This record gives sequence, C-alpha cells and structure tokens, in this order.
Amino acid sequence: MSEFYTSTDHFVLLPALMLALFGCATLLFDFWVFPQEKQRKWLLLFLVLGEIFAGVAYWRQHSFLAEHGGTLTAFNGTLTVDQFALYFHWIFLITTLLVGLISYRYFEAKKEHHGEYYGLLLLAQAGMYFLASGTDLITLFIGLETMAVTFYVLVGFLRSDPRSNEAALKYLLLGGFSSGFLVYGFSLLYGISASTRLADITLAVANRDPYDPILYLAIITVTVGVLFKIAAVPFHMWAPDAYEGAPTVVTTFLAVGSKAASFALLLRLFLGPLNSARDAWEPLFIAAAILSMTIGNLAAVTQTNTKRLLAYSSINHAGYMLLGVIAGNATGIQGVLIYMLVYVFMTVGAFLVLVALNRDELGGEDVDDLRGMMHKSPGHAIWMLIFLLSLAGIPPTAGFIGKYFIFLSLIESGRYVLAVIATVYVAVAIYYYLRLVKSMFVEDPEREVPAMATSFGTRVALIVTGVATLLIGVYPEPFVRFAQQSFLR
Amino acid sequence: MSEHLLSIVLLTPLAGLFVLLFIPGSQKNLIRWWANISAAAGFLVSLPLLLGFDRTKDGYQFVEQMPWIPSLGVQYIVGIDGISLLLVMLTTVMGFLAIFSSWDSINEHVKEYYAMFLLQQTGMIGVFISLDFLLFYVFWEIVLVPMYFIIGVWGGPRKLYAAMKFFLYTLAGGVLMLLGILTLYFQHAAQTGVYTFEIAVLMNTPMQLWVERLVFWSFFVGFAIKVPMFPFHTWLPDAHTEAPTAGSVILAAVLLKMGTYGFIRFSLPLLPQASSDVTIVNVLVALSLIGIIYGALVSLMQQDWKKLVAYSSVSHLGFCTLGIFALNHSGLAGSVIQQINHGISTGMLFLIVGVIYERRHTREIKEYGGLAHVMPNYAIVFAFAMLSSAGLPLLNGFVGEFTILQGAFEANYVWGAFAVTGIIFGAAYLLWLYQRTMLGEVTNDKNRGLPDLNWREWAVFVPLMIWALTIGVYPKPYFDILEKPVARIVERVNSQRTAPVLAEIPRPEIDPR
Repeated sequence: MSEFYTSTDHFVLLPALMLALFGCATLLFDFWVFPQEKQRKWLLLFLVLGEIFAGVAYWRQHSFLAEHGGTLTAFNGTLTVDQFALYFHWIFLITTLLVGLISYRYFEAKKEHHGEYYGLLLLAQAGMYFLASGTDLITLFIGLETMAVTFYVLVGFLRSDPRSNEAALKYLLLGGFSSGFLVYGFSLLYGISASTRLADITLAVANRDPYDPILYLAIITVTVGVLFKIAAVPFHMWAPDAYEGAPTVVTTFLAVGSKAASFALLLRLFLGPLNSARDAWEPLFIAAAILSMTIGNLAAVTQTNTKRLLAYSSINHAGYMLLGVIAGNATGIQGVLIYMLVYVFMTVGAFLVLVALNRDELGGEDVDDLRGMMHKSPGHAIWMLIFLLSLAGIPPTAGFIGKYFIFLSLIESGRYVLAVIATVYVAVAIYYYLRLVKSMFVEDPEREVPAMATSFGTRVALIVTGVATLLIGVYPEPFVRFAQQSFLR
Repeated sequence: MSEHLLSIVLLTPLAGLFVLLFIPGSQKNLIRWWANISAAAGFLVSLPLLLGFDRTKDGYQFVEQMPWIPSLGVQYIVGIDGISLLLVMLTTVMGFLAIFSSWDSINEHVKEYYAMFLLQQTGMIGVFISLDFLLFYVFWEIVLVPMYFIIGVWGGPRKLYAAMKFFLYTLAGGVLMLLGILTLYFQHAAQTGVYTFEIAVLMNTPMQLWVERLVFWSFFVGFAIKVPMFPFHTWLPDAHTEAPTAGSVILAAVLLKMGTYGFIRFSLPLLPQASSDVTIVNVLVALSLIGIIYGALVSLMQQDWKKLVAYSSVSHLGFCTLGIFALNHSGLAGSVIQQINHGISTGMLFLIVGVIYERRHTREIKEYGGLAHVMPNYAIVFAFAMLSSAGLPLLNGFVGEFTILQGAFEANYVWGAFAVTGIIFGAAYLLWLYQRTMLGEVTNDKNRGLPDLNWREWAVFVPLMIWALTIGVYPKPYFDILEKPVARIVERVNSQRTAPVLAEIPRPEIDPR
C-alpha cells in the first residue's frame, strides 16, 4: 500500500467503509432484487450483514488495542481509534441494529416501506463513526453533516404525512443554523492554532487564557452547536417537534443514535482540546444542565403525546449526562459512558413499545392509547413498566446505575447544590412516567382496543432491550468495567 | 442450609411469585391457594431464625457475605441482630395474614394482586436484613413499586391521587437519602482509600461535624417521610385510607417501620456525633411530640373510620421516634417494642375497618352505631384491638408506651409530660370511636342484618390477639432479644456525645437536702 493509504489507515477505516458500502449496496439492490414492497424487509439482511462485517472489524481493533495498548491513529492523525471511540462504536452498532429490527413492520403499516431506509441507517452510522473516531475538525464536521443530512431525510420519511414533512423542515433549518455556529467556532479554533488537528489545538488552547476573547468566542459558538445536537435547553426547541413528527422508529434513532454520537463529539472536544479552558465553559454547561432538567421535566408533565413526552424526557436525560461532564472527574466521565449505554437500551425499549402500539386505526401516540395494555398484552406492559422505571432511575433497573455515577461524581467534586437539584428532579420525573404506567395498568380503555402490532423483529428487540435494562441494573459489574477501560485519556 | 437461612427467607416470596406468574389468570382459586401457601412458607422458613437466634451474642447473626459489584465496593451482606429479627418476624407474620385476609375481598386482577404482595414481602425483608448500604437502598426503592400498584389498582375512590402522592413523597425522600449515602461512601473512601458500602466498615469513618450533620439531614428526609414524622405525614392519611385493607395493614404494620428502623440502624450508629447533637435532638423530639399530639387531635376530629386509624398511626409513630431520640436504653428498646405493637394493633384496627367495609361499603362513622348488638364477636375483637392500641396494661401497647415514656422522662421530664397527653388523647379518640360505632341502639336499619365474623376473619384475628396478649403479659423475651443491640447503639451514641442533651433546657433547682 502507498503512503497515502497505509495498512493502518485501512485497519482503522474498515468499519466505516463496510457501513458505507453496504449502505450504497442496499440502495442499489432495492431497485434490482426486491421490487415488491412485501419483499423489502429482506433488505434488513443487508443491514445485519453490514453490521456483522463492521462488528468483526471493531472486534479486531478491540483485540489489537487490548494487546498493544495505546491508540490507533490513521490518515496523519485525522482518525483515531481508542477504547473511547470503540465504546461508542459498539453503542452505534447496537442502536442501528435494534432500530432496523423494529422498523419494517412500522413502515409496512404506514405503506411507506422503501428500501433506501436501511441504506440511510447505515450511512448515518458511517457518519457517527467519524464523530466518535475523528480527531480533526474537518473530519468531525463531515461526520456530523453526513449523519445530520441522513437524519433530515429520515425525519421526513413519511412523505404523505404533513407532520413528518414539517418536522423535517424544522429540523433541517435549525440543524443547519446550529451547524453554522459549530463551524464558525471551528474556524476560530483553526485561527488560534493554525491547524485542524485536535492535538495541535490542544496545545494552542492550553497556552491561552480561558477568557481570551477569541478563544471564549470559539468556546461559546462550539458549545451552542454541540448543545443543539444533544438537544439541551435552551437549544432544544427542535426536539419535541422533530420527535413528534418523525416516524416513531426514526424518532428512536434520533433520540438514541444522534444523541450518543453528539455526546461522543462533545466529550472528544471538551475533554480534549478545550479541557484546559474548563473555567470558561463550565458555567455554560451548568446553566444548560439545570435548564435542561427543569424545562425537560416540567414540560413533560403536561404532555399528552407520548412521543413529545419522551422527547422532553430525553432533554432531561441530556441534562443528567451534562452533569457528569461538569463534574469532570473519572467517576463523572465513566458515569456519562454508562448512562449513555443504559439510555440506549431503555429508550429504544420504551419507543419500541410505542411502535408496537401503532395499530391500524389507532395512532398509538396519545397517552390514553396506552390504556388497557395490561389486559391486551401484559408482556409489553410489564416490559414498558421496567423501561419507565429505568428512565426514572429506580433500582434495580439500569437507569439507577447511570444516575448513581452522576450523583456520586457530583458529590466527589463537591457540587452539593447541583446534586440536590438533580435528585429532586428524579421525583418530578417519576410523576410523568407514572402517568404512562397509570394508563397502562389502572385505567380502562374507552372502547375495545386491538392487540399490539408485533413482528419477529420487535419481539427480538423487546427481549434484548428488556433483558439488558434489567441485567445492567441487577449485575452491572461487567458493564462498569467496560466503561472504566474506555476512558478518554 | 442454615448458613443461607436469611437468603432463603428473603427469596421464598420471590420464588412463590415466580411460580405464580405461570398460573393462568383465570384460575382464581388456584392463585389464591398458591399465594397463601407461598406466604405461609415465607413465615415458616422465618421461624428457624427465631429458634436459632442466640440472644446472648453481640453483633449480627446468620451473616452471609458475597461480592455483588466489586468495582463499586457493593456487596451482598445480610445479617440480623435482635432489632431486625423482631421486624423480620413482624413482616413475615403480617405479610401472611394480609395475604390471607384478602381471600374474599379481592376479585379483580387476582394474580397481579398477589404478585405485588409477594414482591413487596421480599423488598421489606430485604430492607430489614441488608448490611450493605446500597443493597439496603435498592430494597428500599423496590418496595415502592408494588405498594404503588396495590393502592393504585385495588384502592378506593381517590386511589390514583393517593398512590401518586405516596410514590412521589417516598421517592423524593429516598433519593435525597441516596445523596447522604454517597457522601458517606465518598468520605470513607477519601480517608481510607477503600470504596465500600458495608455498614460495619462505614461506622469507623471519622467525619467533621458539619459533614455528619449534612448526612444526618439527608437521611432524616428519607426516614422521616417514611415514618412519617410531622410535617412529612400528609401522604399517610391518603395512602392508608385509599389502599385496600391488606395494603393498609402492610403499610401501617411494616412499611412505616422501615423509617424508624432506618433511624435506629443507620442514623444513630453511623452518625453518633450528629444524632446526639443538641439542636438535632431537640428538633427531632419536638417533631415527634408535635406528631404525637397533632396526630391524636386530628384523629378525634375524623368522620371517616379508616382515616381515624390512619391518623392514629402518626401519633403512635411519634412515640417510636421520641423513644429513639431519647437516646437511652429504655427509650430505644421501648421504641422497637412499640413498633411491633403498632404493627399488631393498628394492623388489627385496619382489618376491623376492612371487615365492616366489606359488608357495608362505607367508612363513615355516622353510618354505624350499636353494632355490638348485631355483631357481638366483632365487637369483642374490636374492643380488644382498641384497648391494645390505647395502651391498656396487660396488653401489648402498654409495654411499649410505658417503656418509651420511662426513657423520655429519664432524658427530660418535659418531653415525658407532653408525650403523656398523647396517651390520654389516644384513649379518648379510640373509646369515642368505639362508643359511636359499637355501643347504644342500632341507629341505621341497614346494619341490622349484618353477619358476624366468619371463620376466615377469626383465623386472622386470633393469632394477632394471642400475640398482643403475650407481649402484654410477658414482655421479657422481647427485652432480652433487644438487650445487646440496643445497649450497643446507646453506648456508641453516648460515647460520642459532644454536649449533654439537657444542657439548654432549664431545670428546676432541686434542693440536695
């Protein structure tokens, strides 16, 4: 191989290549092989195959790092694979697989089952790859835009549904606006350091005063851009609308995949190059975290649409994860990583029950649509109960382990007031989660409701997410260790 | 076998629940049988604890220890001393009787109902036997979920409001307590480098007074809401009144004891400086006294039979916390015995309300009157329960209240004087209730044809009456069991005492002649 494309480069890039190739292949095969709508669910096999190839590549990178230690850098330091990146890659892989599994039944029912959906999922994941592994501003930005553009398409995937279109347009406009902020901040960082590599920027930032006007402006704009992507208050306005209008399966992917990838970017930037300017950005983060928990919880209380409710709940969760970043110690970062993993399982789980609620004549998006679930599908109701308790952070579910680390990190770093605020909002949050529980278990439906719309895929995903949510709660040891070794150093 | 006795006691209800899940929901009688068998088994396996318990030994017995989450220093450690032994026995007995008493009254969602009760049993036993703080917290929170459903699904007209209030209050207290637990954990790690939640180890954490106070208040919120102490009691009347009979019984008999147990097991031994701090003791005693008197006065005013019993719990639990914060041997021992007594007598009172509610479907006191003519046996049982609750000598209530008052007078006679009024009011509201419902002529024609107690109701009341009588007549075994653990806690608290509790309260000059 030439010096432009060394074997290390290939080794590092391989998973992303696989994802992109299988993504493109899906688009082609959609036309050639599966013209009938009924057959399109077999395209899921391409997605699974692509993930298997990517997974094998991750596994090889994982064993390489376990054996040799350190990090793998490629393309002159623009891409890095370390334990931290791999941790997120595994999360993206699980998310995409789960979302793929729950999708086909949903789109068949909506009569919008198109093959390119699976291709877009894979391409979005390829974008996420660069967000977690990129160590160069340009790479990061391209990764972000690859992911964002596919999401703009996915959110508007129900072409005949005006709400879906409206959501896509809102998301596109606000997303583009925030990308502008982010790239403006990137340009300032480039101005400071005369390099786009994070390693060089780290040095340049460390040599400056955190309140240096240019650096401060860069920090503010980058913070705005990133907070928008993780949907933290006050840059959350797009989230409830986009979550509500998007097809429920895309909402799941948006709530989990996009948020995880954006957190990878956030951790990469703020614990890497910008860490030395912590004094400058910490107050911004504290404000965003407190606001996210406040607005997220209080707005969720009054929602009657389950997707909007979960959207506000995800804003609230972003606030909790920001607290871990604010604490900034080992427990805090480990807490963010664990929280992210837990969040994937419980959120996908909760959304997939909503997907299964999407029965022929019933939208399944109103809180009252959950009524009578206990009698019609007790299995779904009990799993949903577990997901909701986990989202609220009640032991022995996984959500408690996530919150445990966040609280502990706040106490360790002496931020008692933040800790008390965070705990009080746990009690507020349980109020709206219990409203869903009440609908499922206590209230009777106004009329006879059909059974849940399940498929092989949703059943598999339900069991995977449910078991994981319980397992991480009851026996968190291996997961804690996994997160511990994935520290960003 | 015997080295895993506590785990067996803990897991028996859970095993019963697991089998229960496989019984089809339409087989209602089979479900009832199985749930009763599981609960009875839960009681039977707890008997060896009583037989094998060595009351002369100091420290914990039946200890089991194994790692659970090593990287966080969380272990599965269970063990009991005299205090937890009595509470575990109370849980298994009351749990069985509560499940047994629901045979006729629950006809909807029978399977889910019993599943919740069995889950709750495991949670409550876990709370009383955990010797690892995080394990304790996990059980503490697990208990909330089944009780939410028991109130919310099978409760009275305002069940959803009551269930939500119960959950929110106790959860808010619980998470604030978690902050205290984590602070303690971190303080210990910062000083010794060892991350552990083991209570015996955390006891040796030297802390600055302000940290200890901070942790104390955070525990206080968690425990005081659960007890409940004034002014955190407002969830209790709603939850108790709206819960189905068996739910009220468990709430009053066992769930509230989790709070007082928390004070005894965690606040006092782990934070001896803070818990003997003059200000803190005065605040807690003041709240207890307000609870005793306020609860009794509000009980006098109630029109609703069940709500009256509920408010009487506030008053009785006030005695328990008063005994704890008298910080002497009589107070503490009396408090534990009073907890058991309150479980028995208030459990009986709720069962009594349940009996009449099932027949008439109203709890308004003015709907009744002269029931003694219609249901003589019922009137006898009620009289027994009422007198036991009011503290008549030779019945259980007297033993507990008397010992607590003794402790209170030892600590400060002003406290004792205020607390005594609670007993007087207590006798007043109970006797008045009895008079209004049982005595006189039958005032309401609807009450004329009511059937007396059936054999199943008798079977629930008789063991409780016998138990109440034995404690009242011969309380010595209970004091023997409590001797060692109580002495240990008192010694630990008093050795750390910074200033005498009485320092700030003016006392009359006593002439030495």
